[in-house]
Amino acid sequence: MSVSCLVFDTKRYAINDGPGVRVTIFLKGCPLRCAWCHNPESIAPQMEKMYTPGKCIGCLACIEACPEDALTMTEERGVVTDFEACTMCGLCAECCPTGAMEMVAEMTDVQAVVDAVLEERVIIDQSGGGVTFSGGEPLMHHRFLIKALEACRAEGIHCTVDTSGFAPGEVLMAVAARTDHWLYDLKSMNPDTHLRWTGVRNEVILENLTALAESGASINIRIPLIEGVNADDENMRTTAAFVKGLAGEPKQVNLLPYHKIAESKYAKLGRTIELEGMAEPSEERLAEIAAMFSASGLDATVGG
Amino acid sequence: MQTDVLETVVPKRGTPERAPQSQGNFYGGEDRLTQERAGDADPQAPGMNARIQRLRQKSFEAEPSLAIERALHQTAFYKLHHGKYSVPVMRAMTFLDHCRKKTLYFDADELIVGERGPAPKAVPTFPELTCHSVKDFDVLNHREKQPYSISQADIDTYAREVIPYWKGRTQRERIFAHVPDEWRAAYEAGCFTEFMEQRAPGHTVLDGKLYRKGMLDYKREIDAHLESLDYKRDVEANDKAEELKAMAISCDAAIVFAERHAALLERKAAEQSDPDKAAELREVAAICRRVPAHAPRTFHEAVQMYWFCHLGTITELNGWDAMNPGHFDQHLTPFYEAEVAAGTLTRDRAKEILSCLWIKVNNHTAPPKVGITAKESGTYNDFTNINIGGLKRDGSDGVSEVSYIMLELIEDIHLLQPGTSVHVSAKTPDAFLHAACKVIRQGHGYPSVFNPDIYIQEMLRSGKSLEDAREGGCSGCIEVGAFGKEAFLLTGYLNVPKIVEVTLNNGIDPETGKLVGIETGDPRSFADYESLYEAFHKQLAYVIDLKIRVSNYIDTMFAKYAPAPFLSVLIDDCIAKGRDYYNAGPRYNTNYIQCCGLGTAADSLLALKRHVFDDARYSMDEVLAAVAENFEGEEVMRQTILNKTPFYGNNLDYADQVAVKLYDDLVDLIDGEPNIKEGGQYHLNMLSTTCHIYFGKVMGATPNGRLAHKSISDGTSPSHGADQRGPSAVVQSLGKLDQIQSGGTLLNLRFLPSLLKRDEDITKLGHLIRSYFVQGGHHVQFNIVDTATLRAAQRTPEDYKDLLVRMAGYSDYFNDMNGDLQQEVIDRTENESF
Repeated sequence: MSVSCLVFDTKRYAINDGPGVRVTIFLKGCPLRCAWCHNPESIAPQMEKMYTPGKCIGCLACIEACPEDALTMTEERGVVTDFEACTMCGLCAECCPTGAMEMVAEMTDVQAVVDAVLEERVIIDQSGGGVTFSGGEPLMHHRFLIKALEACRAEGIHCTVDTSGFAPGEVLMAVAARTDHWLYDLKSMNPDTHLRWTGVRNEVILENLTALAESGASINIRIPLIEGVNADDENMRTTAAFVKGLAGEPKQVNLLPYHKIAESKYAKLGRTIELEGMAEPSEERLAEIAAMFSASGLDATVGG
Repeated sequence: MQTDVLETVVPKRGTPERAPQSQGNFYGGEDRLTQERAGDADPQAPGMNARIQRLRQKSFEAEPSLAIERALHQTAFYKLHHGKYSVPVMRAMTFLDHCRKKTLYFDADELIVGERGPAPKAVPTFPELTCHSVKDFDVLNHREKQPYSISQADIDTYAREVIPYWKGRTQRERIFAHVPDEWRAAYEAGCFTEFMEQRAPGHTVLDGKLYRKGMLDYKREIDAHLESLDYKRDVEANDKAEELKAMAISCDAAIVFAERHAALLERKAAEQSDPDKAAELREVAAICRRVPAHAPRTFHEAVQMYWFCHLGTITELNGWDAMNPGHFDQHLTPFYEAEVAAGTLTRDRAKEILSCLWIKVNNHTAPPKVGITAKESGTYNDFTNINIGGLKRDGSDGVSEVSYIMLELIEDIHLLQPGTSVHVSAKTPDAFLHAACKVIRQGHGYPSVFNPDIYIQEMLRSGKSLEDAREGGCSGCIEVGAFGKEAFLLTGYLNVPKIVEVTLNNGIDPETGKLVGIETGDPRSFADYESLYEAFHKQLAYVIDLKIRVSNYIDTMFAKYAPAPFLSVLIDDCIAKGRDYYNAGPRYNTNYIQCCGLGTAADSLLALKRHVFDDARYSMDEVLAAVAENFEGEEVMRQTILNKTPFYGNNLDYADQVAVKLYDDLVDLIDGEPNIKEGGQYHLNMLSTTCHIYFGKVMGATPNGRLAHKSISDGTSPSHGADQRGPSAVVQSLGKLDQIQSGGTLLNLRFLPSLLKRDEDITKLGHLIRSYFVQGGHHVQFNIVDTATLRAAQRTPEDYKDLLVRMAGYSDYFNDMNGDLQQEVIDRTENESF
């Protein structure tokens, strides 16, 4: 039996996820609970569904289709799902003519991933691109991930993994043996801050990164920048020092400014997000931080 | 995964400042490319000097107007002389007469001189082909978009002197008096358009001989051919003699026109108190004494040579798509290199001279149509399209320093005209593609990008020699031809989705209830998709036959009654054959039929294939009833079709194969049909310009969920919003079409500025272009503008006077476009960055 995984998005012409133009496969499920998460649908490892009221034309087909009678039409919020009763069978999404009701992920096997990547082979070849596995946290699905990486590499496809680094060391190293390039997130150097904002401490993440660098892996460090969380001077300094101290070639640093854009996505999932205490860094602050990294001899760019 | 927030890059009003480097300006001190360009004396080269700023401002601000002078000269000459001479000689003499008399325009700033009308953007009329009525003038004076001003006194003069003489005598009236009823029914239903009922057949591009010969050289060649005519054995000898005489007269006309400018400039120089200015005027006067009579010797003379030839061809007749210098950078490079080496020309001066030419082209607004309604708008753009880069005649890379100067100009000058295109073969350096992509990022819609490796094969396939094919390229929008050697006439657009509609109504146009096609059966009786397709194929064949029949008739009319002797001088082998450009004089003679709406047509067939025949979700009757009611009360069906049909443009074989079959059948029905010229053939191209808007208006809803009267898809692009899997999937879908069988295809892609923020994003855009081209893509163009900007421009147009957007094969000012066109640009699928 082939290995499968919930894939919540397959992004073609992905230009910010590693070298060249890539196909990015987003695997659903993440052990972290980052307060600023842009992709709330990526967190739970189970199937979920999203409802977009703006697309709904009120045809009620979903309500008729639901075998559990879990859906009701309301004045103010359109179709509301009783998640206690909902079994995520997907019939509502299947019959929805507009895509207002949609399952956020699809159970996908390794061959389907390879097929999706190979469809883009021409631009991958032209641009020196490849496939990027992102999430969620792809290492959470290491059995699937390893098979998918092996299958892609068998086709000569360059493989990148985009990770929080939060996984057992042996898992990371097993994946590393099949990976050409890493996008590795560093959220905060302070274990307590890390715990407070992401739900986990950072020791494993830092140890893994150290070991990965020592193994000679090609790594880009990605730092989400959120004022009030991690964009302070102290954290930037310690981060820069840590990255500078990593073994191997100097690491390229990508600074990813936080944007307040995810609220509507939370609403579609029937959830809310607490944005208090988090702010977007200003252009000036971004430039300052980039300069701070450059001063420590690191190549830092905003975005990417 | 990171979602970019929309950012707004808005061109400023009036004369734009050079864009800062952070926005992608690719020249300036620390820029890699500039540094790489060795020998660049001044890396901080000025964008526009004061002279160019002034000329540009005047050109930008000039309001298009109508000039009746040409029509008065033409009419007076015809009244006096009609019937005295052969048709070609008569045409040449009217041209000479006008060149002798026409008002010259003078601006002390100009380094390149000559206007078709008495002033910039003053457009002459061509009553011998199509005569404007008083009502036309009223509409043109007052219509909201793209007006042309004309004074009441001029309208009165026109009504008195011009209109009565031409009544019943114009080409247009004579053509329409002879078309068959079946043709008229299909034409009026909007199954196709006819180019040549408004303007002379055009699409002409010049080649390198322009810079090696002067008019006196051509006259010697003409004399030699006149001498060698065999009046005894060649039954055409007398006709040839008349044509050759006409050509010689037209050479004189061009020389007279230049000499008059020289005299004017010398007079102005004498009046000038500033000795530097006087010297400059004398210098330009000397150039006008030299060209076009003789071959140019300098860069400056070469540019002026082109311009006089350009003006001659667009004054003689109003051929479609103006005139085009072809591979202008390649033609100018020998002059540039020799003079820079000799120290007689600097890079800045070359750029200044070219800037003057750019502004000249912009001064030449397209002639307006006749028989228009106030609602109808077109474009001021007359489609001069300068080809940059590409391959040389010997197959080597054509990129030079002049190519880079031209790229800079596009960004600096930022005007509607001329259009520009970059030609990217496998041999084209990445550095040049990268520089071009940086200009594309500015979002003016220029330059568009062409693939010589494919269009050369297109031309080889249609019978050109390898060298002639390499020296060819694109005119106007996307259509290819062998420059300087071919008449490649666009005959009109074919409304492919309309033919689907007619098929679904058994030959009837549902908009009028009239029979416009043939009876191919009630689609409710079709057992399978193949039967439906067969019926469609029959309708298609019928309409194409009608179209070709009348295009051939019109071709004959132009060959007999509207020859173009001056143009014939410039196109090989008209002199050698002793035949006119319109009468099989050129070495190659192609007629194109431009097929519109591949996406809409394929998606409509796909919706029926999937939901009626494959899945049986709906019956044919249900879909046809919903379509007839514009999906009113059937939103669930419409949404189901929109969201649950695999559409063309997503790299899905199920869908793309329907488009491929349709395209192959269009090729099959059109390609290789003979035209009236020996060896000449019809070929297909997939251009829409703005015609997809008009074609949409004459149609009800379509089975793909498109609502009645909305635009159909453009060129070979996917239907609006149908492509959901990103630009790399789009180019793969289009790569499945065997584009070498066409004479050009068109792909529009709209990108958000955020997709092109960083230098590496630009590189990746280059990779996307190369990806399309290795799969056999012919052309791609980009709109780099976000929806928020477009909507803002609709709200406060005065703040966005400079907002140029790519239409279909050309760029236009967003504010000059009517609401439908604006909506169409907004509706194009926007490729977002994640």
